[in-house]
Amino acid sequence: MRAPPVTTSIASHRLSELDVLESEAIHIIREVVAEFERPVLLFSGGKDSVVVLHLAAKAFWPGKIPLALLHVDTGHNFPEVLEFRDKTVAAHGVRLTVAKVEDYISDGRLVERADGTRNPLQTLPLLDAIAAGRHDAVFGGARRDEDKARAKERILSLRDEFGQWDPRNQRPELWNLYNGRHTVGQHVRAFPISNWTELNVWRYIERENIELPPLYYAHEREVYRRDNMWRAVSPVSPARADETVETRTVRYRTVGDMSCTGAVDSLAASVADVVREVGVSTITERGATRADDRISEAAMEDRKKEGYF
Amino acid sequence: MTLTIDTHNLAAEAAVSAPAGTLFRFATAGSVDDGKSTLVGRLLHDSKAILADQLEAVARTSTERGFGGESGGIDFALLTDGLRAEREQGITIDVAYRYFATPARSFILADCPGHVQYTRNMVTGATTADAVIMLIDARKGVLEQTRRHLSVVALLRVPHVIIAVNKIDLLDYDEAAYREVEASVRQVTAELGLGSGLPSEVHVIPVSALVGDNVVDRSARTPWYAGPSLLELLETLTVIDDRDSTGRAIEAFRLPVQLVLRPQGAVVVAPELADSYRDYRAYAGQVASGSIKVGDTVSVEPGGGTSTVTGIDFAGVALDEAFAPQSIALRLADDLDIARGAVIAAAGTLPPVTRTLEADLFWLDPRPLAPGARVLVKFGTTVVQALISAVTGRLNLATLGAEPATGLAVNDIGQASIRLSRDLPVERYRQNRRSGAFLVIHPQDGATLAAGIVTAPGEATPAGDGSGAGSEVSP
Ligand SMILES: Nc1nc2c(ncn2[C@@H]2O[C@H](COP(=O)(O)OP(=O)(O)O)[C@@H](O)[C@H]2O)c(=O)[nH]1
Ligand SMILES: [Mg+2]
Repeated sequence: MRAPPVTTSIASHRLSELDVLESEAIHIIREVVAEFERPVLLFSGGKDSVVVLHLAAKAFWPGKIPLALLHVDTGHNFPEVLEFRDKTVAAHGVRLTVAKVEDYISDGRLVERADGTRNPLQTLPLLDAIAAGRHDAVFGGARRDEDKARAKERILSLRDEFGQWDPRNQRPELWNLYNGRHTVGQHVRAFPISNWTELNVWRYIERENIELPPLYYAHEREVYRRDNMWRAVSPVSPARADETVETRTVRYRTVGDMSCTGAVDSLAASVADVVREVGVSTITERGATRADDRISEAAMEDRKKEGYF
Repeated sequence: MTLTIDTHNLAAEAAVSAPAGTLFRFATAGSVDDGKSTLVGRLLHDSKAILADQLEAVARTSTERGFGGESGGIDFALLTDGLRAEREQGITIDVAYRYFATPARSFILADCPGHVQYTRNMVTGATTADAVIMLIDARKGVLEQTRRHLSVVALLRVPHVIIAVNKIDLLDYDEAAYREVEASVRQVTAELGLGSGLPSEVHVIPVSALVGDNVVDRSARTPWYAGPSLLELLETLTVIDDRDSTGRAIEAFRLPVQLVLRPQGAVVVAPELADSYRDYRAYAGQVASGSIKVGDTVSVEPGGGTSTVTGIDFAGVALDEAFAPQSIALRLADDLDIARGAVIAAAGTLPPVTRTLEADLFWLDPRPLAPGARVLVKFGTTVVQALISAVTGRLNLATLGAEPATGLAVNDIGQASIRLSRDLPVERYRQNRRSGAFLVIHPQDGATLAAGIVTAPGEATPAGDGSGAGSEVSP
């Protein structure tokens, strides 16, 4: 067999922070793929899921990623993110299933919320898709530094058949010996990048030269101010009569629903610029950009208990 | 778009990113109300790791709850007590992981609960910690939970332990009162054997988590204390102690095999290379201990075969050497029968296989353990059926000695004899912290019943006695 290209050695036998996190994530991904029958990876095209997909590719090199992909599409996603999602899926040669919130609304299984936000509506299509695919493990790109409820969750998180998380009764997680055993109807959510910070993710994207949807970088966009955030003008998030539309140079720190994700003022046009910007940011990623998390201090915990990611 | 897995240069990366290996994990421990969460909040706050919106949210909630006093009206515990129930009850229920960095290194901190009821969560936080900060309320001294947690730290051989004698403000920064607490703590740590081996040293610091004395900066109010602040200590402790003076791992090489990579033509390499990868076969896993070089001889268990390492792959990068905790894929010269659950080790370093062992168990499940229990145990990537044949003792927290026991209840730390359904190369935890640790799992509902550490492997199975036979449980 022809040897792969580069040969290296580290005399000190110590890994950098990113290398430690990378090997930890690859270990988790391999454990779950080895121990579960039908794992699936949630893939939205957002930076965290892109990083998890990249890690999965590394975990199984030179083979293909032995995972199905799943996206719960709220119908309010940024078109450029969906385009990126499909291109990336094709490049990796993996199969993507899309569960559409829109379908649920049109046949009445879900009802549009008064505030127009669709993020909380994702839970039902997600659970249905998990059941339909008979998935016993679901990979997500959630990180513990995102939110104080996430900060409490195990790397392998057991869910009942309603997808519910019971924060008062989590399984102990000892050493790096993950216990993925579950009974019929239960499934496990697996979070390989639990221990990564937003800055770790960006440094890794820079180091690995990972492509992202363009809206993570500074660009001009028509926006208006609402809830202290810049909201994009779009068919699903029009400006109200009392809101002034202006063109600004912005970027997104998270990409979710157009209806609840805000942009931040930024001139960071390259990944190096973003790494620098995130390094000195004084506001958390979700605090800066997610209206849905501002509903209450425990908004994320409440949604997770109901089966949300 | 083409698929890009960049073959980055690991050595170059290590050189540019601050001192390599600078990720340091630590956990808090101690009895409820001793100030663990407050200390963590103070550490995050004073090292400027709390962002404006988080601080604002915490300040708002603190005010709503009428929190006043020395910390400028901020209840720092709210920074980690993030669950609704935790805020309502003012206690910590489960571990909160927080992340912060100083110019010296990056930290992952696990703020653990103090309640006896949630000991399982404290053990969770401690198993991965490079250091444990043991909080003691200076007014109360050593409590039963202090003893339980210190016993956990001692048995788990956490590399470093720091005793933070907290609420020193409530003793008016009185040296004599502090010395008294320090002496009683040092007596307990000595009885537990802490400070000899791992952890190698017991550090004791007088702090006030609420006010901030000796947390990030050394305090002028404790002129009688000449040591470092808590953060200074955290910044300078070595990452693990199982290295020699040149930083090389001293434990023998162990690779628990997670899965066999055999893409059989379904490869992601460039088309012109695809042919040479048709017969690719490598054993994927995370190096648990030690290091390995191309050309080294390895032995494999089960089976006892030996072979030579022909390649070490890291996602398209060929390494000439790998070490813990890298996740790699190992290619061998010979076609051995190796599957998930096998251990690849430096030749001649694996202990003989056995079917019995003696272990310390941290019993974590509300259902008590009775001798004769049939369970599953997970070592590395192997899960086998097992029988707890006897409970031989239990730790008495008052005397810190073993007392006779016939079973174990939740939160007990006990000793047991275990019979395995299959031969395994069982190692003492003392010799190898990764290979000597295991989970005890309920065979039906899959609950993690206990954390186990091997104190003594049993008698070696005689050669030719059906080595490798017996029932292995597929997950
Ligand atoms: N006076 C004083 N009070 C403290 C100090 N540290 C913590 N406390 C208080 O002790 C109580 C328990 O603190 P908490 O951090 O929740 O303890 P935990 O249960 O160990 O996490 C709270 O009311 C704190 O405000 C300290 O250094 N001085
Ligand atoms: Mg606490």
